Amino acid sequence: MHEIDRRDFLKLAGLGGAVFASGLAGCSAMGSKAAQEDFYFVQLSDTHWGFNGPVVNPDAKGTLPKAVAAVNSLDRQPDFIVFTGDLTHTTDDPQERRRRLAEFKQIVGALKNPNVRFMPGEHDASLDRGQAWSEFFGETHYSFDHKGVHFVTVDNVSDPAARIGEAQLAWLKADLDRQDKDARIVVFTHRPLFDLYPQWDWATRDGASAVELLMPYRNVTVFYGHIHQEHHHMTGHIAHHSAKSLIFPLPAPGSVPKREPIRWNPAEPYRGLGFREVDAELQQAQYSITEFPIKGA
Amino acid sequence: MNPKRRRLLAAGAVSAIAGASFAACVLAQTPEQVIHITARKFAFLPGEITLKQGVPVVLEFVTADVVMGFSAPDFKARADIIPGQVARVRLVPQQIGSFDFVCDIFCGDGHEGMSGKIHVVA
Repeated sequence: MHEIDRRDFLKLAGLGGAVFASGLAGCSAMGSKAAQEDFYFVQLSDTHWGFNGPVVNPDAKGTLPKAVAAVNSLDRQPDFIVFTGDLTHTTDDPQERRRRLAEFKQIVGALKNPNVRFMPGEHDASLDRGQAWSEFFGETHYSFDHKGVHFVTVDNVSDPAARIGEAQLAWLKADLDRQDKDARIVVFTHRPLFDLYPQWDWATRDGASAVELLMPYRNVTVFYGHIHQEHHHMTGHIAHHSAKSLIFPLPAPGSVPKREPIRWNPAEPYRGLGFREVDAELQQAQYSITEFPIKGA
Repeated sequence: MNPKRRRLLAAGAVSAIAGASFAACVLAQTPEQVIHITARKFAFLPGEITLKQGVPVVLEFVTADVVMGFSAPDFKARADIIPGQVARVRLVPQQIGSFDFVCDIFCGDGHEGMSGKIHVVA
């Protein structure tokens, strides 16, 4: 992360904690000079718009707008912004689901940078297999290229059983087949692709199949959400980084008897919440991740 | 082989067969324990079960409303629980302790609290 950006984030967020993770090892297939340009994107996750639980987050309606304002206030805007799922909090009422999706879309429509990528979480998509979500945001899995990096979104939530499914795995294979083995590949997904803690349903049923497809590629990094906290894990040479939430933090895997949101602490409001900047330092073949909490206005 | 030794061997064989038959008879008379569990929005009833180490048990699940899942990763056991059907999972608990199980099919607002404990005692 460039110093000027870090200062900006520190100023906006009030606090800052940095994690630098080497996500790419080796980078022998450099493209054109333009394609090698360093850039950064912002990852926001698990905003759970519509959640109501004052004990957990008394500012449930204010946290997302604060994050939008913080991103907008950056002097240097990110190349793009990605939301890695659970845009809305689940509801059994299809109409209410659409109302929450519409409100979420309106709020993030205030982002200064219009280049925003979305993907669903199980709260958005698992009760109707992504139907309502797709009405607002389109395909639940897709790929795109940006400045020499191939980005792939993997949907492991539209199936309520948390499977990617054979059809999408075939699509993923075909997509990857078009990439060089040295290509720089970033995967966005919601649930962890590995068995982080299946005792709390922190896994993807057939995630190992996706990891197997990715394994031949030497420069792969996965960014995901779902677990409402930072977590860093390697499966072989593939790095997996989970993001904080923007509604409530969850305890570390297996650290307490029951998985329940961590209660709001008035002495430390917004503790455990935040978003991250990911700086693609392509010349160094590294991604630097910096985590920033949310602070009240 | 002398006649006495032959008689002893024969008697031993009969005893072994008899022993096996007795064991089979005992097994047939003591079927595995069956625990009935109902999955409903958003709880397993009962939510805590206690098993004896090394003693096989069959968990039988029904759902009161929608499709649910049972997953106990520490036992490598899972099942889909389909409305109108009985799902069965056989366990032979080997380790003493308390282990989580969860619903692993997203079933609605409250799904994430749908979990339980298996306690294994000596």
